[in-house]
Amino acid sequence: MTQQEALFKYTLRLGDNALIQGHRLSEWCSKGPILEEDLALTNIALDNIGLAQAFLKYAAAIEGNDKTEDDLAYKRAERQFYNNQITELPIGDFAVTIAKQLLISTFEVQLFTALSKSTDETIAGIAAKGLKESRYHFVHSRDWCFRLGEGTEVSHAKLQQAFNELWPYTGELFEMVEEDNILLVAGIAADLSELHPIWKATVATVLKEATIQMPEDSYMHTGSRNGIHTEHLGHILAEMQYLQRAYPDATW
Amino acid sequence: MVTPATHSKEEIFGLLATIHDPEIPVVTIQEMGMLRDVILTETGCDVIITPTYTGCPAMGIIEHDILQLLHESGIKEVRVTTSYSPSWTTDWMTAATKEKLKNYGIAAPIHSSCVNWLQPKSLIISCPRCHSSDTALISQFGSTACKALYSCTSCKEPFEYFKCH
Repeated sequence: MTQQEALFKYTLRLGDNALIQGHRLSEWCSKGPILEEDLALTNIALDNIGLAQAFLKYAAAIEGNDKTEDDLAYKRAERQFYNNQITELPIGDFAVTIAKQLLISTFEVQLFTALSKSTDETIAGIAAKGLKESRYHFVHSRDWCFRLGEGTEVSHAKLQQAFNELWPYTGELFEMVEEDNILLVAGIAADLSELHPIWKATVATVLKEATIQMPEDSYMHTGSRNGIHTEHLGHILAEMQYLQRAYPDATW
Repeated sequence: MVTPATHSKEEIFGLLATIHDPEIPVVTIQEMGMLRDVILTETGCDVIITPTYTGCPAMGIIEHDILQLLHESGIKEVRVTTSYSPSWTTDWMTAATKEKLKNYGIAAPIHSSCVNWLQPKSLIISCPRCHSSDTALISQFGSTACKALYSCTSCKEPFEYFKCH
């Protein structure tokens, strides 16, 4: 793998994570438990989609061939997506969404802090922007963890169950493969193994205050670095890509 | 190289400074700090803008407004480029811009150096209407990506706060 190929795949992963996460969160539109949450979750979705656009635009520029970010979002098949599996899992109930948001936004704050110092100027610039946004996402999900964890017996139980079910998908966030190692040497990528203990300590602090038991590390799902996904990604793409598949290059 | 430019860089800046933010019409894109640079080319110019938020839907409209205005002014080839570096910050807003926001009913952003992002409720935001500092945060996410929702405990009116970024 050349450094150029590594950069393309790495940038795609950054874009895909934001795209799939944003698409999932947008499912809350008009279905939020209260109006303010409807606005909050869709605002976060909008941040994600914006970030996806920025990263995929850069990925398209690296690939060349006059491709655009839309080609990458709408015309790739499931096996060509590299988002972490946790982003594609169904939104579930509100507790599942909040737990998922906490796990992901804590990771993003760490990741974008590291990437904002990347030697690749474009990645550093987008990451600096993403960092400011992901801090708001983190505070949002953290405060909801406190409220649900210390709320009623039902809200506590639902949040606990959500963390238990999502935990096996967190190992993948920190997997490093060939492109990571190539770009790490060049000072472009983040060292995910360094981020892992910081992430875990932050999540542990939030869960403790939310009176939620930290799940134990056991079996961890894997595969997204090679384009292997859960059954859910195909369904997302079927909906998201329908128009461009049925009417290629349609504009309005 | 001879540049057949019909407008100087300053003139183009002057034109672009009249474009208003589509979502907050009392301020211009220059006052918001979104207009970063103008580079003259042989047949026109490149305009460099930076987004407030990555997903800001106003960016598309702003690009359209820039192209339309410069074309109408006789500049043929205009290219609008979005740059993420340096990353936009509310700290670029001048005191005059913040005053305009306040008069429009939006509480102006506090300087980033004074904000602990982990504790948003510790921020004291004054009501843009009655100026009371007895206000409460409702949600960090509001009608647009850049604003939070507050309510004033004194005059009982809800208001928006332009988040520090």
